[in-house]
Amino acid sequence: MSSILIRGGRVIDPAQEIDEVADLAIKDGRIAAIGKSAPKSADEVVEAGGLVVAPGLIDMHVHLREPGNEESETIATGTMAAAAGGFTAVACMPNTDPPLDNDSAIEFVLRQAALTAHTRVYPIGALTVGRQGKELAEIGLMVRAGAVAFSDDGAGIADAGVCLRAMRYVSMFDRLFVQHCEDPVLSGRGCMSAGPTATRLGLPAMSPIAEVVMVQRDITLAAQAGVRYHVAHVSTAGTVQRVREARHAGQRVTAEVCPHHLLLTDEACATYDTNFKMNPPLRTQADVDACRAGVADGTIDCLVTDHAPHGRESKEHEFAFAPFGIIGLETALPLFIEALVTTGLVGWPRLIAALSLNPARLLGVTGGSLRVGQPADVTLIDPNVEWTIDAEQMRSKSRNTPFDGRPVRGRAVGTLVAGDWRYRSIHAGSGHAG
Amino acid sequence: MTTATTEPVLWTRKHLLGLAELTREEIVHVLDTAESFKEVSTRSVKKVPALRGRVVVNMFFEESTRTRMSFELAAQRLSADVIDFAEKMSSTQKGETLVDTARNIEAMGVDIMVLRHPAAGAAHHLAGAVKCCVVNAGDGQHAHPTQGLLDLFTIRERKGRVEGLNVAIVGDIAHSRVARSDLRGLQKLGAKVTLVGPPTLVPKTFETIGARVTSDFDGVLAEMDVINMLRIQKERMTESGFPSVREYVQFFGMNRERLRRCKPDVLIMHPGPVNRGIELAADVADGPNSSILRQVTNGLAVRMAVLFLCQQAAAGTARDEEP
Repeated sequence: MSSILIRGGRVIDPAQEIDEVADLAIKDGRIAAIGKSAPKSADEVVEAGGLVVAPGLIDMHVHLREPGNEESETIATGTMAAAAGGFTAVACMPNTDPPLDNDSAIEFVLRQAALTAHTRVYPIGALTVGRQGKELAEIGLMVRAGAVAFSDDGAGIADAGVCLRAMRYVSMFDRLFVQHCEDPVLSGRGCMSAGPTATRLGLPAMSPIAEVVMVQRDITLAAQAGVRYHVAHVSTAGTVQRVREARHAGQRVTAEVCPHHLLLTDEACATYDTNFKMNPPLRTQADVDACRAGVADGTIDCLVTDHAPHGRESKEHEFAFAPFGIIGLETALPLFIEALVTTGLVGWPRLIAALSLNPARLLGVTGGSLRVGQPADVTLIDPNVEWTIDAEQMRSKSRNTPFDGRPVRGRAVGTLVAGDWRYRSIHAGSGHAG
Repeated sequence: MTTATTEPVLWTRKHLLGLAELTREEIVHVLDTAESFKEVSTRSVKKVPALRGRVVVNMFFEESTRTRMSFELAAQRLSADVIDFAEKMSSTQKGETLVDTARNIEAMGVDIMVLRHPAAGAAHHLAGAVKCCVVNAGDGQHAHPTQGLLDLFTIRERKGRVEGLNVAIVGDIAHSRVARSDLRGLQKLGAKVTLVGPPTLVPKTFETIGARVTSDFDGVLAEMDVINMLRIQKERMTESGFPSVREYVQFFGMNRERLRRCKPDVLIMHPGPVNRGIELAADVADGPNSSILRQVTNGLAVRMAVLFLCQQAAAGTARDEEP
């Protein structure tokens, strides 16, 4: 492989506390040098003036739909969308068909990723057989096959006894326990968050406390089990507060949040547009504010998409009958910038950390840093480019985004995985320019 | 044979309920006594008159084959009369309490009750209610003292000592009375005990009674002098908390490959019955490091010693009752 010089960009690497205009040199797929020690020429030179040069972004909450729902997304198309959104790696959730609840399924995903993926793919294994919340899945064998974390995502484990056993068992392998927090009894058959809008629309609603109750229970269970516990897609103020308290008490609890829970409220469901239907559902402005504050004070560690592709035919239904979920890989970066950076809540280094270093640490995977010698997973971001989200331009197989037509600012313009371009929209300089 | 007439009385208990309450000296005395009984089984007439005229009743409220047979043979070799209490045909089916059942049996003139019961503490409960001797043959998940003693006996026989040895007990510790009795006995005799299994089967609370707890079987193999593989209860798998037999075998099964990474003279034990190919590979179970059948043989001598010593203590004299 050859050498690449990314010249004059704003290099941000939270792991090394770097935030400065500098050159970044890549050689043979690895970070070779940053700053003054970088060579002045390379096989390929990228002029990065005005760009942010960051460690490759990692989305630890993605649904790739393969195996089973390849009409909505595949590992190939999902990771192509990821690369275009600036992600060099994604962790994919096990709610496929069949679910990723055994070592063969994990091996399938990794083999398929090796053949077709545009980014790194880290499978998350199911905690219980068939994601039914009853019997433990073969977690140890999945660890050996390459599962990086465990979750029954799409459902939380309702039975506290099973949940505690699963936590204890996962603790044996020191893997992250990721819970979709939703008490199924309290949540019922709701299709949007309970509140004035649901009342007005006459839609069956799910109470926000369905999330908080499970978070609270899990924090107690996780302390007993000694597991690293992670709350998936936080959506309520109550959850943010419970996580904050647990961390103040010294517990290893972490959390993540999606762009839509930082930007939209339940009032957006008023037109019965099923692209505003996801789980957890959109909440109130107070919840949005609390989630933003949670990122700002570090209670929420990671920013994720919960990329959940559904084909048009399945989303074009009555609101109550349409499936939950929206896509997010190609829109997440500008939306996080809008919700967090433009508002002044966090600076760029914190944003980058929540999108790379923090998920890398929680999952125990490569990347998250631009340290010399590390694989050159790098994302180039133009923080100022203004553009309009257009669902029809998505690389994802699905178009279900509530942000279609939204003017945004900032975008990934280049994505390198191990020094190899997986996405680029900027012109590269030629040869040994000096 | 040591005799109580010339040496200080080392055993004054008429019940054997658990090993936790015994002193190191008492345990050693049982093992020494068992040593002297071992020879009886090699005679052509396998009998001594130590308990002649005494009555031993086997009260088994749980399925058991080997423990029951072992106690029965032990009593017979001591020339005791043995009767069997079969729970299925008993009055407990008609609602009688354990204590009432026991008192009725005792009223018929019984000297020793050997009790196997699914409830922890049953032997203690019984001992407080009857005048005869009570020997605990396993109470719930609490204790199985004769198994603990025969394991100690076997280790001492094969290793020449117990003190200072590194002993691993592997498997479903949480639900195991064998593990608890082994742990107590081994600690009393100065062994260092490591409990191995997934956190769902090996609660950290065992650290509070002085054991080391780990899930990393491969990490501790090399330092072990003795490895005791407990039986995995397939039927209790989902509630006891591991996903599948297949996965269990990968992480906690003893096989030839793991044996190769152990000390060459490691002693592999199992309380039986063995799930071949699950916790213990067949070739290891039958190999030179295994003491499984030796444990069964030694169990007989240990149980003879226990019955003899308890009866002797109850009678208050040992003069006429040497083997």
